Amino acid sequence: MMTAIHDSILMWLFGGVLCLLVILTVVGRALKRSHNSNISRSTIDNFNAQIAAWWKMCVVLVLSMMLGRIGSLVLFGILSFLAMREYLTLVPTRRGDHRTLFWSFFVIMPLQYCVLGFHWYVLLAIMIPILACAFIPTSIAVAGDTAHFLERAAKVQFGLMVCGYCLSHAAALLQLKIPGFGGHDARLLLYLGLVGQMNDLLQYVWGKLIGKHKIAWRVSPEKTWEGFLGGLVSATALGTLLWWATPFTPLESAGMSFTICILGFAGGMVMSAIKRDIGIKDFGAVIERREGILDRIDSLCFAAPIFFHLVRYYFVRQL
Amino acid sequence: MSEGIHPIASLLAAVARGITGVQVQWAGCEPDERQRIYFANHTSHLDFVVLWSALPSEIRVHTRPIAAKDYWEETSVRRYLAENVFKAVLVERGAMARSKSHDEAKFVGRSMIEDLTAALGECNSLILFPEGTRGNGEKVGEFRGGLYHLGLRRPDVELVPAYLENMNRILPKGEYLPVPMLSLLTFGKPIQVEPHENKDGFLERAREAVSSLRRIGPA
Repeated sequence: MMTAIHDSILMWLFGGVLCLLVILTVVGRALKRSHNSNISRSTIDNFNAQIAAWWKMCVVLVLSMMLGRIGSLVLFGILSFLAMREYLTLVPTRRGDHRTLFWSFFVIMPLQYCVLGFHWYVLLAIMIPILACAFIPTSIAVAGDTAHFLERAAKVQFGLMVCGYCLSHAAALLQLKIPGFGGHDARLLLYLGLVGQMNDLLQYVWGKLIGKHKIAWRVSPEKTWEGFLGGLVSATALGTLLWWATPFTPLESAGMSFTICILGFAGGMVMSAIKRDIGIKDFGAVIERREGILDRIDSLCFAAPIFFHLVRYYFVRQL
Repeated sequence: MSEGIHPIASLLAAVARGITGVQVQWAGCEPDERQRIYFANHTSHLDFVVLWSALPSEIRVHTRPIAAKDYWEETSVRRYLAENVFKAVLVERGAMARSKSHDEAKFVGRSMIEDLTAALGECNSLILFPEGTRGNGEKVGEFRGGLYHLGLRRPDVELVPAYLENMNRILPKGEYLPVPMLSLLTFGKPIQVEPHENKDGFLERAREAVSSLRRIGPA
């Protein structure tokens, strides 16, 4: 919505993020050119890839602010579509799933965004978890192939949950009408993204600094208990400090940030486990040789719907 | 071919590329205007269009598909697409197996190779799916003999293997609505018929050249 442009708090916050990114980009470039043997090449490449990804997220955020209600729905709809495409390309399916997949791509996902556009929140909350959960196994059963039936139904359902349900709830933040906070919804999306990404970063940093006890090395060799707790505490503190940009009090902001961080960690672990199971490093890497959308939204996938429903329950109160 | 690319062909190529989001990798050779026969695994109706659209347009202009006559002459739409839009070289599938005597089979086979050699001409390239029919994508099926005979007749033409990934999941045999998964097309190192190499040995080697380009494991 264009009102976002006139939202000076949002502009300050977002301007700060952009300045930080510019500095990080310059540092990244300098590191790449220098031949400092203390830091390995792959660490520097990872660092630069991460910054490039943050720039892309900023572009998405700016576009969703500028495109207005409908535009932002279309934008997130496209992101959902691309994420689902990445997921299903790499998760094995069988011939008998073809029509179910067609329905998932072209009916269920667009419907989810239509429902959101009409603000039918009850339907938004139940469509994929309940209606699609009944539809998908049924349509796979009708196709007649029973081999790995439960596994196949679960794969499609989970893809719809992560790429359709969860991602659409990030877009739903822009549709909320919070009393006394009208027109400032983009700040909530920025808040969610910022706290989630900072949690990822700080987990990594704390893990590098003091990490000793690995959580599950098979799933994610980098994740340690020390990194998790350090990231949780510091990112929650950071989120708390951003209370002035949100409709929350500092205490509420701490609670929200804490929730986002815990769920960000959960999303990261789950997506890593899926990738290790399929035997890939990144969702985008196999075909397109880059990090995919799913690799970027892993920490948002569980946080977005729960953050949305918490905000809606406590601050909108129109159930 | 002297005329340019049919507009419907360009349109279909763009649509196919959009649906399949195909990434093209030239792993064993570079795009080149020299005469070539591209041979690939076959699992979907999209295979030819995607492979064709992956070639640079100056190569595309003189690259023609080899397609099954019985299928592509069945309806008028198919015939129009095959003859006018993609300028396919139509061959009779299984004609050799149907012939009554050994001599007849030999004659049919020879005239087919004759047709294909004529289609190659001085500057054309061909796209061939040597399995002869669409498979289920699990493994590359046995190759038919045409590739061997063409390779013998025209040793100057490069035989380029290619592997099309995921196409059977995007539009499998028997379905008419595509699911937009991503696909990958890899071109491998050209091969040729070695002196004294027998037909079965060459065909097996050609099949291996195609299936070794596979990147994503079997579904």
